[in-house]
Amino acid sequence: MKQRLVVIGNGMAGIRTVEELLSASPDKYDITVFGAEPHGNYNRIMLSSVLSGEKNIEDIIINDRQWYVDHNILLHAGEDKAVIEINRSRKCVIAKDGTQAEYDRLLIATGSKPVIPDIPGKNLQGVISFRDIFDVNTMLQYSRSHKKAIVLGGGLLGLEAANGLVLRGMHVTVVHTNPVLLNRQMDKQAGGMLQHALEARGLHFKMPARTQELIGDDNDHIKAVRFEDGSELECDLFITAIGVRPNMQLAQTANLYCERGIVVNDSLQSYDPSIYAVGECIQHRGATFGLVAPLFEQAKVCANHLSGHGMADYKTLPTATKLKVTGINLFSVGNFLGDENCESITFTDPALGIYKKLVLKDNKLIGTVLYGDTVDGSWYHELLELEQDITEIRENLIFGQRYLPTTESTHE
Amino acid sequence: MNNEQSELKTIHTTCPYCGVGCGITASVDPAKRQLEIQGDDKHPSNFGKLCSKGSALADTIELKSRLLEPSVYGHDCSWSEALDMVADSFISTIKKYGPDAVAIYGSGQLLTEDYYVANKLMKGFIGSGNMDTNSRLCMSSPVAAHKRAFGSDTVPGCYEDYEQAEMIVLVGSNAAWCHPVSFQRIRAAKENNPALKVVVIDPRRTASCDIADLHLPIAIGNDTILFNGLLNHLNQHDALDQDYIQQHTEGWADALKSAQASSTNIEQLAQQCKLDKHEVELFFKWFSSHKKVMTLFSQGVNQSSSGTDKINSIINCHLAMGSIGKPGMGPFSLTGQPNAMGGREVGGLAHQLAAHMDFTSPEDIDRVARFWGTDNIAQKPGYFAVDLFDAIYDGKVKAVWIMGTNPVVSMPNADKVKQALQQCDFVVVSDCIAETDTTALAHVKLPALGWSEKDGTVTNSERRISRQRALFKPAGSAKPDWWIVTQVARRMGFEKAFHYSSNVEIFREHAALSGFENNPQQHSRDFDISGFSGLTQQEYDQLQPTQWPVNKQNPQGLARMFADQQFFTASGKAQFISITPRPAGNLPNKDFPIILNTGRLRDQWHTMTRTALSAKLSQHKPEPFVEIHPIDADLYKMRQNTLAVVESQWGKMIARVQITDTQQQGTLFIPMHWTAQYASQGRMGALVNPVVDPISYQPESKHTPVRIKTYQPAWYGFILSRHPLEFNHPEYLVKVKGNQFYRYELAGETMPESWQGWTKNALCSASNEKPQWQEYTDPAENKYRAARILDNQLQSVIFIAPTILLPERSWLSSLFEKPEFEKQDRLALLTGKPPLGTPDIGTIVCACFNVGEKTIQSAIKEKGLKTHQEVGQCLKAGTNCGSCIPEIKALL
Repeated sequence: MKQRLVVIGNGMAGIRTVEELLSASPDKYDITVFGAEPHGNYNRIMLSSVLSGEKNIEDIIINDRQWYVDHNILLHAGEDKAVIEINRSRKCVIAKDGTQAEYDRLLIATGSKPVIPDIPGKNLQGVISFRDIFDVNTMLQYSRSHKKAIVLGGGLLGLEAANGLVLRGMHVTVVHTNPVLLNRQMDKQAGGMLQHALEARGLHFKMPARTQELIGDDNDHIKAVRFEDGSELECDLFITAIGVRPNMQLAQTANLYCERGIVVNDSLQSYDPSIYAVGECIQHRGATFGLVAPLFEQAKVCANHLSGHGMADYKTLPTATKLKVTGINLFSVGNFLGDENCESITFTDPALGIYKKLVLKDNKLIGTVLYGDTVDGSWYHELLELEQDITEIRENLIFGQRYLPTTESTHE
Repeated sequence: MNNEQSELKTIHTTCPYCGVGCGITASVDPAKRQLEIQGDDKHPSNFGKLCSKGSALADTIELKSRLLEPSVYGHDCSWSEALDMVADSFISTIKKYGPDAVAIYGSGQLLTEDYYVANKLMKGFIGSGNMDTNSRLCMSSPVAAHKRAFGSDTVPGCYEDYEQAEMIVLVGSNAAWCHPVSFQRIRAAKENNPALKVVVIDPRRTASCDIADLHLPIAIGNDTILFNGLLNHLNQHDALDQDYIQQHTEGWADALKSAQASSTNIEQLAQQCKLDKHEVELFFKWFSSHKKVMTLFSQGVNQSSSGTDKINSIINCHLAMGSIGKPGMGPFSLTGQPNAMGGREVGGLAHQLAAHMDFTSPEDIDRVARFWGTDNIAQKPGYFAVDLFDAIYDGKVKAVWIMGTNPVVSMPNADKVKQALQQCDFVVVSDCIAETDTTALAHVKLPALGWSEKDGTVTNSERRISRQRALFKPAGSAKPDWWIVTQVARRMGFEKAFHYSSNVEIFREHAALSGFENNPQQHSRDFDISGFSGLTQQEYDQLQPTQWPVNKQNPQGLARMFADQQFFTASGKAQFISITPRPAGNLPNKDFPIILNTGRLRDQWHTMTRTALSAKLSQHKPEPFVEIHPIDADLYKMRQNTLAVVESQWGKMIARVQITDTQQQGTLFIPMHWTAQYASQGRMGALVNPVVDPISYQPESKHTPVRIKTYQPAWYGFILSRHPLEFNHPEYLVKVKGNQFYRYELAGETMPESWQGWTKNALCSASNEKPQWQEYTDPAENKYRAARILDNQLQSVIFIAPTILLPERSWLSSLFEKPEFEKQDRLALLTGKPPLGTPDIGTIVCACFNVGEKTIQSAIKEKGLKTHQEVGQCLKAGTNCGSCIPEIKALL
């Protein structure tokens, strides 16, 4: 008899793990998937493209319902199917509507929740986050009927949301606490160039600025934002995009060991040997996750263990960043700020909108930020992962792979 | 002006560079001040050929660098103010300190007419012998040696002899670079007649060795030992022409005795000269077995403290074999400058008076005084070049007028010359170029005509007088030198003797003086062009190239002198001179262990005031360099292309190290050309010892003990800029003109606080332009690169590195020729290398057709080219002047 695998979470990490598992051991498990959204499995990171109008929902569906049927996976999707309890002693999960499923192995992939700032007015109408298809639809409705939006947070998600709303015809101001946009991915110079480029596309910025209060109208709908400097900005829509935190409530309720996330080992196994976890809900070696690349790697390792091979170790590697705003190319990976023990090489051509910076330590590339010309991003990423000594290629390194091999010669 | 539009004129003139004296056919567009240059097919000195320098003359006529207005103490002024100032200062100086307190220092660049009036003013009317010229630096030893042997300063043969000779010996002459058209003619003669033997005697394996059957790399300065040995050999091997010696010469026995004393046998001789004994024997054998031998000599012989003796030791051998005065034979002095010989004809050297008469004979002085109608003629020689500047330094000469030359660069111990002029009371400089190291020290600057405006005559190496003709109207307020001198002379009270209103009047007077009381039957004086004394303006304007003498006996001129074996000595016989070899003036020692040799490059002329204006000519050897033998390079820890400090007791300079086994161990070679205008520390003249030949007073520029050490700057770099830059330059700076850009090679001892800041100061003009910048920084490696872009055109680019490892300049240079900046070029820009698919042509080899080393190499490889002719067919390289053929062959 087959073993039973139950997956909580129908998102990118969970289903990627199932896909990996199906390709490694197609017949090992009877699989049941619970999802709180009423859709098949879709590519959450493409939501910005849906918002901006470059794609529609169908374009970003990875696996439709038929796929689950084809692979004999039982899908429980929808708000009522949200799992509310894990009974570890009985090895079963219980959904809101009472649906139960027993497991031999449980995979938790509950993802993350947007961080909502703890300020007065956070519960007003028109204050939303940007996390799922529902949020996108909300924004699209507002864009058709309202003028002004404020996006809180100048990170990847915030900028993508802001760009999408501008394309949908709204007047959008991005509010950011840091003087540098995308400060987790860009340094000051690249951030400045990005800001310049986005301003040219019609985005507005208020930064650095701290939000003090959201002000509602008589209908408890947001109408303005007050900042710590005393200034106010009117708005009809307020989108928070200041980050996510692991969604571990369910695990905590089940007394699974958690810190900032569900703590897993290098096999993606939680403190309960029957329970695995992947994606934005976990904490691995102190780190939590917000970008897609490590999730896919976790899926691969986790599937390896679930299938019984038990060979792979998960290791968090530096993750590269890309902003999904058409026409803006940026890339960063690793420690691109450096410190006093690091060396840096820069190339700038502001008129062409190009800025590149490589950070080196002990003759190895440890970080890079590229703006405008990101052709060599993956090559740098590779050099960085391989920890390759770059002494011999340092001279032309920043100009990219096509300038290798270098044969420097003296003149005459 | 309107009439001149689009009217092209064809004018025949002569090249202003070396002593070959090539004829040029110029197509002139006077309205646009443009011209095209071709060799004059009919000119007998070059038959249509031109070298790279002559071919690029059209590049050098720009007005940007010209001196166009007279100025007094830094302020532009009228001609009359400037001329008054010169005349008054000379008069008051003479009144206070006597006539010997003033001097004129002229140049082989002056036309004969200019020279004549300057010499006449100083020697005839101011009454001082203080008129010397830069010909002292190159031709005074041949003058003295000719005088001693022939009784006259006569070059016996002519260029036609190249084709008639059985053997041509080049001694101390890199004719391939210094007299390229003569060299190509010899190359052609050898190709037509493979039996023609060519021997090169030179411490360096120069480009001239390309056609040599034998190269004797003689230890520097030992030519007298070699030719004394040859004289001995001729005697021992019955190669003497006894009849000739008996009938036409004197002094044989003494000369032979001295020759026998200088080395006892060929082994000793070979050791003294550091030559292979068998090669010496072979040379001697060839020389003694051919009657038609030409010995061509130039600065390697002349610029020596034994220069006069060296030439006489050569002439001795020709006299001993009677190999002189007939076709295909004789000693032949290759003159340095276009009018070195013309200057000698008018008496431009301080020991000469005029028209091949000098101060040794009271009759000559009297005769010239009567001819000029003066009672104030100088009675004794004046200061010779080196002494002249010493006398200025010592305050004996208080006022000096320098014409058409740049002694602050070209003189030995040039730093002292600079100091002398700095402390001189009154310095007048007439020149066609505004900014030279010498004009920088002038109190009065007088704008002279440059080549393409001047009009008059010059005399080349083979005694051929040719017209140099005006192609354009004078630029700005510039005037002919003869006019300037005449005006000053008139203001000094000599109106009557300086009545000239045109150049032909001067030429006629010069011709008349040469024939004045000159009796051909008595062989009074060799120089006689009395046949020209009645030329009309029209005849003068249409004068065809003619070899002097031109008189009743030789109305059409004369190709060869001494066919009658009558010499201009008292006895009418040629003189053997006893030569006892002497060491150079200063020998290497513990502190200065290595010998510095100097010389010319293929594509530059003298102090580069004109050739450096040509981008084409500036690419062959763009920087001052020092050549060193690989073993010495090891010894002194020199690496290729690094910088070295070369230092003598007298001064120092910095040059790029070129390691080559063409150089002898124990010797260095540095080109003579660089000045403060183009290189911050590239003046080789500063090093050269102030030693002169005791007879000719020619400086010993080819032998100075020096030391060399690595120059270790904190950084190296270069800038290419579309416009010339004025910036606070670092310790080492060389400026090179390129095609639509200027190149600056840099090295500095201290790092600026910020390269960004330094660069912006250096590259930005004061205007309100909004340039775009591209930058590359690697501060940990001390590397910085930046480019300045305006209107999508590259304006400038800078590369800085802690070592000499910088990209080649060639591809970056080519970007300045593009009207628009392509994006792929822009992205590759700061790599210094072309994006894939764009060829990098490498260092320019053929300056005439701008063909680079890498282009040639790849053509050789891809098309399987085997000979330089095939390379020429394929790429045109080497098919114009041919000077780069040795380099092409080296690539093959």
